[in-house]
Amino acid sequence: MTSTTEPDKAQPLSAEQLSATTLLRFATAGSVDDGKSTLVGRLLHDSKSVLTDQLEAVERASASRGAEAPDLALLTDGLRAEREQGITIDVAYRYFATPQRRFILADTPGHVQYTRNMVTGASTADLAVVLVDARNGVIEQTRRHAAVAALLRVPHVVLAVNKMDLVDFEETVFAKIAEEFTAYASELGVPEITAIPISALAGDNVVEPSSNMDWYGGPTVLEHLETVPVSHDLTSCHARLPVQYVIRPQTAEHPDYRGYAGQIAAGTFRVGESVTVLPSGKTSKIAGIDLLGTPVDVAWTPQSVTLLLESDIDIARGDLIVPSGDQPGTSQDLTATVCHVADTALSVGQRVLLKHTTRTVKAIVKEIPSRLTLDDLSQHPEPGQLVANDIGRVVIRTAEPIAVDSYAASRRTGSFLLIDPADGTTLAAGMAGDAFAEAVETVEEAKKAADDEGWDF
Amino acid sequence: MTTTVATVTEETDSPYALSHLDALESEAVHIFREVAGEFERPVILFSGGKDSIVMLHLALKAFAPAAIPFSLLHVDTGHNFPEVLEYRDRVVAEHGLRLHVASVQEYIDAGKLRERPDGTRNPLQTVPLTEKIQSEKFDAVFGGGRRDEEKARAKERVFSLRDEFSQWDPRRQRPELWQLYNGRHAPGEHVRVFPLSNWTELDVWQYIDREGIELPQIYFAHERDVFRRSGMWLTAGEWGGPKDDETVEKRLVRYRTVGDMSCTGAVDSDATTLDAVITEIAASRLTERGATRADDKMSEAAMEDRKREGYF
Repeated sequence: MTSTTEPDKAQPLSAEQLSATTLLRFATAGSVDDGKSTLVGRLLHDSKSVLTDQLEAVERASASRGAEAPDLALLTDGLRAEREQGITIDVAYRYFATPQRRFILADTPGHVQYTRNMVTGASTADLAVVLVDARNGVIEQTRRHAAVAALLRVPHVVLAVNKMDLVDFEETVFAKIAEEFTAYASELGVPEITAIPISALAGDNVVEPSSNMDWYGGPTVLEHLETVPVSHDLTSCHARLPVQYVIRPQTAEHPDYRGYAGQIAAGTFRVGESVTVLPSGKTSKIAGIDLLGTPVDVAWTPQSVTLLLESDIDIARGDLIVPSGDQPGTSQDLTATVCHVADTALSVGQRVLLKHTTRTVKAIVKEIPSRLTLDDLSQHPEPGQLVANDIGRVVIRTAEPIAVDSYAASRRTGSFLLIDPADGTTLAAGMAGDAFAEAVETVEEAKKAADDEGWDF
Repeated sequence: MTTTVATVTEETDSPYALSHLDALESEAVHIFREVAGEFERPVILFSGGKDSIVMLHLALKAFAPAAIPFSLLHVDTGHNFPEVLEYRDRVVAEHGLRLHVASVQEYIDAGKLRERPDGTRNPLQTVPLTEKIQSEKFDAVFGGGRRDEEKARAKERVFSLRDEFSQWDPRRQRPELWQLYNGRHAPGEHVRVFPLSNWTELDVWQYIDREGIELPQIYFAHERDVFRRSGMWLTAGEWGGPKDDETVEKRLVRYRTVGDMSCTGAVDSDATTLDAVITEIAASRLTERGATRADDKMSEAAMEDRKREGYF
């Protein structure tokens, strides 16, 4: 396999080592000059994920612009317009790996008018890194990022207090910011917050521990990313399988095969289990589970599987298979929080399409009870419409009953899109149920978290 | 004591955690099935390169034990590696698939395209590709593009809407949220779909290794007549190389990407097995396109510009 003559440091990982790693999806958010590009560049660079030709391209481009040092932001700003304007206008996805884990980073712009991009990045993230400038502390934009992370129910939030070198690596500066942010984010129901003092420019506490901040005993940003748990206990989750496609080979070899293909959205399914199909309410038992051609006894999220049922019942794309006795309610009336992502407005009375899991139905916006101001979380009642980057509550009536969980219970079966039926534009990202975690949950979480060893104020 | 509010847990990942390859595979299969469920006439772009081979493998798994409900489309530049064409035809026959071919040579012969002075045919693929999509009325076109390949591709959506001229407008992309892919399009428009968006070159190789997928032999080290041009080893052949001042030599090489012979370079390598290839890539300090693609070096935004015009 690997050559023994090579020095240890250059020893590549074996295929086995490489494929045993897990995947963490995370998003970064920061204001324009907080040093987000530098942090991303530092993570990529110090984890040796920037290759020579990419660095050379950046050096060439930097030099041709008359810059003295390579501008690491050019690594991440991929579009002409972004390079011309020197800003990030769209989410970009980056990939890097360490021996512990593979990472998918949704690099989201910090500009106020691109809130929708942070929503996009946060929608699939297990963790969000919110960057602040140590000199400025928690600002409006920071609160907005925390609120979006809370709204999207990102399980882990990291507060990276950057530019510590510009405040003399002062512990008190960090502690004050960490405390203020934690209090605010906890109030919003963010379940887990980790604060890390860093200097992205010099690399303090990004990949290597900082000798300038001996008072800090926690992990570096990368250590934390490598060790944060990605999966939670699924046994307590409500199992959900949206049917994507019905597989019927109708061949001599498989004359009667009828499989319901889909990606398990939440929880686990077992052979022999009784299931109910929504919205019809018909019931059956799982006769078999195919995991991409291999029969298995149990399967869980996010595996793509094919379920075989004992009885021949009518099931089509858009149906939801759930364990009998653990069903979400089906309804034509839906109350949700939406982030408006299109340039055209969303108005009361507007006819839209609603895409929920694998089901798309006609719908009408009945009410827009309030618009949320992310800066101070105040509610603006009856705004009449939502425009780009607005977040608001909506009441929607669908043409057919749909089986929706609350987003708090299931990010996958509690989320939906609103689509313009005329041109297919994605209008809004929706989350069913309450916007933020209940205050009572927050108290419980805080109590539970306070018992954990890691909490040490 | 420290003032950190960190909650670094000592617990390991739950037994339900998927390996990164399983997670990527599951996501790609989900994408294939979404397209099968929502589109009328999808097609898989198939070049015989490793990414399209992995796509085909994933599609076979996604619909097993039924057949893949898509046909294949190859854009033949006329300068393809013979080993790759042989592989293509063998795979098509083995799985009973339907293959469409869009031929750059036919366009040149008919006077509809003109050979470029530098001899590279890669940019010439766009017109035959987009016209084939229109004439066959394909509404979803799977491509093996990965976001790790290039900085403009890092901005690409999994479902990427193209207008009736197949153009990509990076500033007017639909936000892509959760796993809710929006494939709605007007007649004449189509959607480019990239199931391998979140895969890296190494992921592709590890997956090939794990699944035991067969590849064309040019991916493994072999002796080949090559000559040096613009810092790359190009295969000598009727397509237009070497010129008088270029000398052919026999070298032990392999390919990291498969494309048009005129712009796809080989790398010096003694990796004859999958393990050796993976070890080589894990240690490489060059990206695959940086190492072997001339067309991306034309300008800082070469890929973005070609993609805007309809390139995959």
